[in-house]
Amino acid sequence: MNLRATQRDLGDTTVVDISGRITLGEGSALLRTMVRQLLETGRRYIVLNLADVSYIDSSGIGELVSSFTAVKKEGGELKLLHLTKKVHDLLLITKLFTVFDVHNDEEKAIASFSR
Amino acid sequence: MRGLTQRIEVTLDTLLESVDLAEDITLRVAEIVGFDEEQRYRIGMSVREAVINAYEYGNVHDRSRHIYLFFELLSAELVIRVRDQGAGFRLEDVPDPLSEENLLKTSGRGLFLIRAFMDQLEVTYAPAGGAEVIMTKRLPPAQSQPSVGASEG
Repeated sequence: MNLRATQRDLGDTTVVDISGRITLGEGSALLRTMVRQLLETGRRYIVLNLADVSYIDSSGIGELVSSFTAVKKEGGELKLLHLTKKVHDLLLITKLFTVFDVHNDEEKAIASFSR
Repeated sequence: MRGLTQRIEVTLDTLLESVDLAEDITLRVAEIVGFDEEQRYRIGMSVREAVINAYEYGNVHDRSRHIYLFFELLSAELVIRVRDQGAGFRLEDVPDPLSEENLLKTSGRGLFLIRAFMDQLEVTYAPAGGAEVIMTKRLPPAQSQPSVGASEG
């Protein structure tokens, strides 16, 4: 299943609902493009909802890290929401759970930004 | 010496599509061998990462080169080898992705994931040149060694 992403603007926060596979090629490229476009339009508080992300490989992990640093560089924050078990486990073993701010509740994720 | 029971060889083009193809073939083999869903995911991911390395860093997207995928079903384990036609590398030269200075790097986690998901990982220089990533997974308990391919080793 290819990656699909739709965005919802909630005040100054954008929630991106992602579904499918974040892998080398189109999946990673779409995530990159979407986050960069949000930054270009001034959207700096971003929540990536990964509830329907069924699979992620090392390229996808790399793209999450790239998005995280790109948003941070612009003075914003990127948070992750609703990790599947596979993605959760991957972030744990790669120690990235200590880097990302991960949430299981959308409202709390939005409220957690240090604006 | 372990007895070689069955063997499959696949030659892949150096294309992005080969990454998905290699994973699909691996998932099929792992299913036939009798691995459960979690182990199939781990084995499939490992082969995917090895083929990504071959595609990106070994063959550097050069379409005139190939990626070779070998499955060997032994009495107690499944051995999978991914060989490229690049310059080769040593596993000990690969930076640790868990170290503080590498944590925010956008690449360099593939071999780490293979090591985490497989029982054994080894990288050698292939006799004809290139790197060969050798991954081993112990067979599930009470495995009866089903047929995984037509060719006998």
